Formats: sequence, structure tokens, C-alpha cells
Amino acid sequence: MSTTLSINKLAKFTTALTPTSLTFSQDVIKDALAQLSSSEFPTTRNEQWKYTRVGKIAAIEPQVKTEYTRKLPKYSIAENAVTFVFENGIFRSDLSYGEVINGVTIKPLTACTAAELVSVGKLAKIEGDVFNSMNSAYASDGIYIHIASNTIVQKKIQIIQILTGNQTVANTRNYLFCDKFSKAEIIFGAFSHDATNSFNNVVTEILVEENADLTIDKIQYEEAGNYTIATENVQQAKDSTFTINTLTLNGTIVRNNLTINVAGTNCTTNLNGAYLLKENQHVDNHTVVDHLTPHCNSNELYKGVIDDKATAVFNGKVFVRKDAQKINAFQSNGNVLLSDNASVNSKPELEIYADDVKCSHGSTTGQLDEEAVFYLRARGLSEKSARHLMVSAFIGDVLEKIESEDVLAFTQKILQERFGWEF
Amino acid sequence: MGYTENELAKDLENQEYKFGFVTDIESDKAPIGLNENIIRFISAKKNEPEWLLEHRLEAFEVWKTMTEPEWAHVHYTKPDFQAITYYSAPKQTKKYESWDDVDPEMKATMAKLGISMEEQQRLTGVAVDFVMDSVSVATSFKAKLAELGIIFCSFSEAVQEHPELVKKHMGTVVPTTDNFYAALNSAVFTDGSFCYIPKGVRCPMELSTYFRINEGGTGQFERTLVVADEGAYVSYLEGCTAPQRDENQLHAAVVELIALENAEIKYSTVQNWYPGDKNGLGGVFNFVTKRGMCERNAKISWTQVETGSAVTWKYPSCILKGDNSIGEFYSVAVTNNYQQADTGTKMIHLGKNTKSTIISKGISAGFSQNSYRGLVQIHKNATNARNFSQCDSLLMTDTCGAHTFPYIECKNSTSKIEHEATTSKIGEDQIFYCLQRGISEEKAISLIVNGYCKEVLNQLPMEFAVEAQKLLAISLEGSVG
Repeated sequence: MSTTLSINKLAKFTTALTPTSLTFSQDVIKDALAQLSSSEFPTTRNEQWKYTRVGKIAAIEPQVKTEYTRKLPKYSIAENAVTFVFENGIFRSDLSYGEVINGVTIKPLTACTAAELVSVGKLAKIEGDVFNSMNSAYASDGIYIHIASNTIVQKKIQIIQILTGNQTVANTRNYLFCDKFSKAEIIFGAFSHDATNSFNNVVTEILVEENADLTIDKIQYEEAGNYTIATENVQQAKDSTFTINTLTLNGTIVRNNLTINVAGTNCTTNLNGAYLLKENQHVDNHTVVDHLTPHCNSNELYKGVIDDKATAVFNGKVFVRKDAQKINAFQSNGNVLLSDNASVNSKPELEIYADDVKCSHGSTTGQLDEEAVFYLRARGLSEKSARHLMVSAFIGDVLEKIESEDVLAFTQKILQERFGWEF
Repeated sequence: MGYTENELAKDLENQEYKFGFVTDIESDKAPIGLNENIIRFISAKKNEPEWLLEHRLEAFEVWKTMTEPEWAHVHYTKPDFQAITYYSAPKQTKKYESWDDVDPEMKATMAKLGISMEEQQRLTGVAVDFVMDSVSVATSFKAKLAELGIIFCSFSEAVQEHPELVKKHMGTVVPTTDNFYAALNSAVFTDGSFCYIPKGVRCPMELSTYFRINEGGTGQFERTLVVADEGAYVSYLEGCTAPQRDENQLHAAVVELIALENAEIKYSTVQNWYPGDKNGLGGVFNFVTKRGMCERNAKISWTQVETGSAVTWKYPSCILKGDNSIGEFYSVAVTNNYQQADTGTKMIHLGKNTKSTIISKGISAGFSQNSYRGLVQIHKNATNARNFSQCDSLLMTDTCGAHTFPYIECKNSTSKIEHEATTSKIGEDQIFYCLQRGISEEKAISLIVNGYCKEVLNQLPMEFAVEAQKLLAISLEGSVG
């Protein structure tokens, strides 16, 4: 709802951005611009944004540069991985390294032909989505990954996004395609360096073809004072497996939109998430698993620890469409509040139109069990150590599901820094 | 362009001018439509005090600025609020000339429910004798209640006889600005019931609309106010299991419960409004605002069995304001054919050590859509608040839908909230087990469904529970997929 009196903040915001020069469909760009021209930044009156205020993002006066040359320290999650680095959505070839992997095409979107990008914009929803639209119209660059059929990728791949500068707005667009019978694990790390009041708007479209198996590890570790909205739109074909691990370890406002269309039979979908919040952080995980076809399984586990004045939001939605029989869909969200000023808003939703299904969801909010703390203290742990050990165990349920040792080591290190414990 | 709103407004203005509301006071029916004069007409008709009229007009002003809510998971053609008659005097004439005139389908249903012949005839409004009889029964009950100082009467009666109580409590739990339908109700409500239990009194019987004297014709905009003073206890029953045929399509009721310190209110509802025919034509829209306020150590318990209405939009809620207060919600919602239900509860924890329990069982059959929508809100000062929610859905066919939309908001680190929901269908092995033992499929389903709902049915008063069980079986008749 816009009034004639107030100036359209979104319009003002987008005029400062550089229109995309990527070679994907002009129709997508046109639709995105049309959507933007008739929209405003979402408010908490919008059901999708009920618990997340984007005022701080809207207040940015966007600074956009088209080239970055400053030397940056090395940000990495996996050593010896094929690494592609993007600074504020611009490819940094000087910071990227790694060898060619057989059957895998990795390059920035700016180096792609129109034919390669023909499917970009097919999954990301433009209608009613301001940030997707903004990304479609103003994306600077991002990663393109194509994994050929029958390729099992052994090599590690990591995509590092670094946010720098003051009031920077980065629109990063990624496109991943896993062809039939392929298997890969890709790490996405989001960092920041000397950044304040900057905003990274990432949209990733992922296609998982028949029998393919893709794992995404998403690590969000930006400094306080920066904002991220990360949207993943995934489509799964039959017999495929898709796993995404979302680990939010820092950042002031982080919003993750995960939409997975399970469009083939016999698919498996795993969504795992952990969030460690402190100070005035706000992390919002929105997930949609849309079961369009029968005989599929989906598992969702999100757990978080909320301290200080932080706020966590979880909104998980599972759709089981008509005739999508024999679905097993499980969803679980657990929260521990460590401070009296912390808050949690959890909204696990089920929308089911088929009858032969097993679906369940659970949500818990509570605190560390005082009796368990006592038990540990009786065994000689300090109060702090006892509490930290319990937090580690709580988050451990999610970390257990992560296969990549590098991701695990990176996360454990941060967990240890904040919730270290000793005997 | 057809008939525009402006034209309608103009027409209505002319209408008023033509008839005027003052001269029309003797008539039994208000003209169609809604405007300030209609409200004045209703108020004058009920001989209401000035403050109540003002209250109504205020609500109307608010209502005009509101838009109909669209967030519920239901689809229907919005009612035309200017095409409704907002007041018609209770019909004195009996509905049927003789028992033979009553719809045989309705008779069969009531027989299955095990409702006594007298009750059946009274419910269908046939025999004047029986109505008289029930009046005398009601009067004797009234005398007994009066002895204890319990006030139980129609809302209009309460306005006349106990204006101070009504004025003090009305609108304190559901303010006129609360929502679209509550505002509408506050502006145009015609009647309802009022109940006041004095300090320390335990109401000796289940208060029920069964016994109410001026029953019929309370209309579509019912207003209920139950006040339990300090330490009082009351169990209140609303509705009945018998099918309710009603010409009015829109029902927008408001129910307010006030439980003062140490008081307890148990509010049970069995709702069986006309759900429309097998093709989803017709049926009642039930848009109800129900809310209770708990002071210190008070307890409010909502129990409901919902089988009727084409569209239901209903969230009986508890505001747990006082420390140690308790809120409970037990619900069975059955939808069949093309029924749609969006129902659930809100538990607002404000006080310390407040507790709430939510048990919701949804059963969908046919082409129906059944949603649970709930809110558990723990405020900052609600230390040690506790909530347990369980929402189960049972799907009977592959064409229906069952949905869960829980909102859980927590701002306190000492509270514990648990929510779980499951969706599944009746296991083939369960049916097989019953069939093996010579139980027919229909009976097996009824057995399993009753077992599934037991947690809720157990909360109902005895006689209600028996009828409710049968009602479940009837509602699901022929729905086996």
C-alpha cells in the first residue's frame, strides 16, 4: 500500500543502483522492473515480513562501484578448494584460485553466454517479491556452476562473498545446474570486511536433475551492522536428493528465503539450520517445501540459541499438493533463549491436500534445563562451562547432519569461541 | 457499471426519509440494510439506555473504517452487508403445524442422536405444549439459581435489570475495535445471554442455552457475556447437537468471558449449523469472536465440537492476565463435503506462572478444507509461562485438505513452549483389525475417530459427550474414501 504523500522509498533506492548487464532473458528484467515500479519495501503488515523489519535496509543510500581492486585478507572455509571470490557482487579474479574440474563448469555469470543463462529467472518468483525483483533487475554478477551428467565431484568447491564499504548494496545472482546422476557439495560463505550498513541481496537458482545429489553449505558470517537477504529457489527432478545446511553465525539482519519445489517422485530433501544470535541480531529463516509429486521425503531441522536482545524467526511451510500421496514430511524447530530480552517467533506451517501422508512438525522454545546444569556442575564444571556445553550439545544435533569436515571445523571453531567449555 | 455504493447509500437515505425510524417502531422488522438509523431503531426497539446506543454507534463508526479480513484459509462470496435485515422480532408463530410436517431427514438425524421426543419437538419448534413445559422447567431452575444470587438471563433483560454489570464488563474483553465482525456485532447485536456468578458461588448446574426462556430469534448477531466473580465457578454450554437450520447466512457472534480472581469458567460449545448441501450450496457463515480474560489464579477452559457451518472463522482465546492463571482449549472440528473451517485459539500470556494447553483435533472429509490457526504469545513479564499445544489432523479422502498455521511468539527466557502437529489418515491396519473382528467399516471408522477425539470429548459434560460422539459419526457418514 503506497500513499501519494510519502515518497516511494523503493523507487529512490533503486535509482541509485546500476541496471544489470547480465545476458539473461529481457522478459525477466522487464517483469522485475514492472514489479518494482508498483511496489514498496515490505512492512510488517505483510504476512511474509510480519516479524522482520527492513527499515534499516530501506534507509541505506546505496553506493555502487563496478570494480574493486583493494587487497583483501583471505577468507576461506575449506582449504585447497576451488575458490571463487565475489566482492559486493563483483567477481574478483585476482582473489580466486583453483584448478579445472572435469565435467564441472564454474565461472562468473558475466562470462556466460545468453544460451547458458536461458533458464535464469525461471525459478525465482518475481510477483510480489521485492528483493527477488530488485536482484533480477540490478544483479551485477554471481556464480554459474554446471555439473555435467554422471559427474561425481570429489573436489571441494567454495564460493566466497565479501561485503565491503559503507552503505554498499550488492545484488548477487547465482545459478546452479546439476545434471542427471551427478553429485556435488558446494560451500557458500558470506563474509564482510570493513563493512558497515551494507546490504547483500543474493538470489540463487538451483536445478537438481534426475538422480542428482547436491549439497549446499551456506555459512553466514558477516560482521555486525550488515544486512543479508538470501533467497534460494530450488527445483528437484525425480529420484534426486537435495540438502542445504544454513549456518547463521553473525550479521545484524539476516533473512533466508528457501523455496524448494519437489517436482519429481522419490526425492529426498533435507534442510538443516543452526543460528547463534547475540546483541541486536535478527535472523529470519523462511522455508517452503512444496511437494508436488508422490513418494517423497523431506526432513527439516532448525535449531538456534538466542542471547542478549536478539530475535529469531522461523517460518517453515510444507505443502503437500493434491495427489502427492505417500509423502513423509517432518519439520522441527528448537529455540533456546539465554536472555530475558531475547525473543523468538516460530511459525511452522503445514498445508496438506493429500490424505495418504505422514506429516508432522514440532516447535519448542525454552531455556537450558537447570537440572542438567546442576548435574554438570556437580561433576566439577563451572557454571559457564556447564551452560556452554549444553548449548553446544543443543546445536550439535544440527551439526551432526553436516558431512563436510571443513564446514564442521569452521562452525565448531566459532561455536568454541562463543560457547567454549572446559573441564 | 451496475449499482454503485453511492447509489445504494442514496437509496438508503431516501428509504429512511420515506419511512423514518421513529414511526416504524411498532413494526417487527427493520428495513434491509445497515446505517445509523437502523442501529437507532434496534436500540429503541430494545428500549436500551443511552450509553448502549452510543456504544453501538461508536462501534458502527469503527466498523465503517474496517475491511473484511482475508487472511483466513477460506474462500467464499463475501456477504452483502446492506442486503441483511438487522432486526426482526422473534417469531411467535410455530414453525410447523404438526410433527408430520417436519423434514424427515432432520427427524432421522435427531433420532440417531438419541434426543428425546420432547426435546426433538421443542427443538423443531412444533409443539407449543412442550415449549410451555420447558418454560416451567426453566423457571424452576431460575428460582434455584436466583437463590444463590446467580443471574442468568437474556442479554436484553440484563441491560434492563442489571445495567451496571453490563456496562462495567461489556466490551472489556472484546473491544468494539477488535475486528471487523466484532465491530459489526457490537453495532447491531440483537440479543444473547448474560450470566453473572457472584463471589464464591459454585453454580450447581450446567448453565445451558437449553433452559433459556426467550430463546428463538436471538438472531444472527448474538452477544454473550459471562462474568464469574472472585472464587466462582460456572460451566456453560452453548448450542446443541441437533442440526440447526437457519435462514440467516451470516452469523457474527461475540462471546466474552471474564474470570475474576480464583474464578473458573468452563465454556463448552457444540455447533451444528447448517453446513450447506452435498454440493456446497448454501450453509451458514459462522464468524465468531470468543475471548476470555483471566485474572489472578483464574481458569478458563474452552471446549468445542464443531461439525456445522459452511464457513467457520472462530478463535476462542484466553488472555492470561493474572499471575498463575490457566487457559485451556480443546477442540474437535469436523468438515465434510465442501465445508471450510479456519479455527484455533489464541493464548496470550501476560502474567507470571501462566499455563495454557491446546488440544486441537481436525477431521477433514469430502472436499472440505480444515485449518488450525493458533497463536501462543508469551510476553516479557510472563515468567515461567508454560504452553503445550498439540494439533492433529485426520484426512479421510484424497480431495480434502488439512492445514496447520501456528504462530508462536516468545519474549521471555524462562518460559517453555511446546508445539507439535501431525497429519495422517486412518491406518489401513487399524481398519483391517476391526474388520477382522466383525466390525463393519463404517463402525470401525466411527470407533477410530471417537478414539482420536477422546481427549477432547472427555472434557465435555456427560450428556453432551454422548451426543457429540454420535454427532461425529453422523457428520462423517458416507465419507469413507
